[in-house]
Amino acid sequence: MTGPQSAAENVVDGPQKRRVTGVGRLLIAVYGLLALAATGRSFVQIASKFDQAPLAYSLSALSAVVYIVATIALVRSSGRWYRVAWVTISFELLGVLVVGTLSIVDPALFPHDSVWSVFGSGYLFIPLVLPILGMMWLVRHRPARPQGPARPQGQAGRQASS
Amino acid sequence: MIEWFTWLQVGVAVLAGVLCLFLGLFGRVPNDLTMGATALVELLLVGQLVVSIAAPFAGNTASGSLLEFYTYLVSALIVPVAAAAWALIERSRWSTVILGGACLAIAVMVYRMFQIWTVQGL
Repeated sequence: MTGPQSAAENVVDGPQKRRVTGVGRLLIAVYGLLALAATGRSFVQIASKFDQAPLAYSLSALSAVVYIVATIALVRSSGRWYRVAWVTISFELLGVLVVGTLSIVDPALFPHDSVWSVFGSGYLFIPLVLPILGMMWLVRHRPARPQGPARPQGQAGRQASS
Repeated sequence: MIEWFTWLQVGVAVLAGVLCLFLGLFGRVPNDLTMGATALVELLLVGQLVVSIAAPFAGNTASGSLLEFYTYLVSALIVPVAAAAWALIERSRWSTVILGGACLAIAVMVYRMFQIWTVQGL
């Protein structure tokens, strides 16, 4: 009976497992959820009351698209997608800061139910926190570039299924 | 929407969510228990869909926007399926955490749906 021994060696989720992408996966999941929420909400807004606040609802739709692209870029996160992730996440941070500030200074400009109004308070401030976490993740998971001095072309390492 | 069914659904989703979060943070990969809990949440959502379609014929109509209600419901139906698909593809502890997050999100969404159905304002 050699079964139990080999089974014990093959325990899948040992504490030493080197899965640096783990928390990053969580980030992607939250991004996906936010993308879904923003898409659903802007769909409702545009389908039912677009003429009430065209600016805010167009922005809502734009933010939904950006969240979707950011989610995809984080999933890919290599080469060109890495740059796309930076652009979309920066756009989100800018959006939530600008719209959040404007919605407090001049509430008439944005009705209170857009994704970025009052710094995303309708979404537990996730739209404000998420871009910052996303940027931290991107900084730490830069794809390997040939400019590093002692790093010989480790670029193909993480291309699992693209 | 039927009130007791809605609260049952919120309760199950919260329990399933907390369970999955807990087990995930303790390092469990997705298993029959956590996947089953997520499946139960999805099943109740399908039940809610049936109830919501049938209820107006029994005089129980929504007071709010049906469009918004069904956008929530359709989005909610997608979430556990997506989380479970993820858990099948990537068998890591974080997939269990994601199952938990999905279930908790369902609890919030169902509560919002209940608000749309019953009380107006906000």
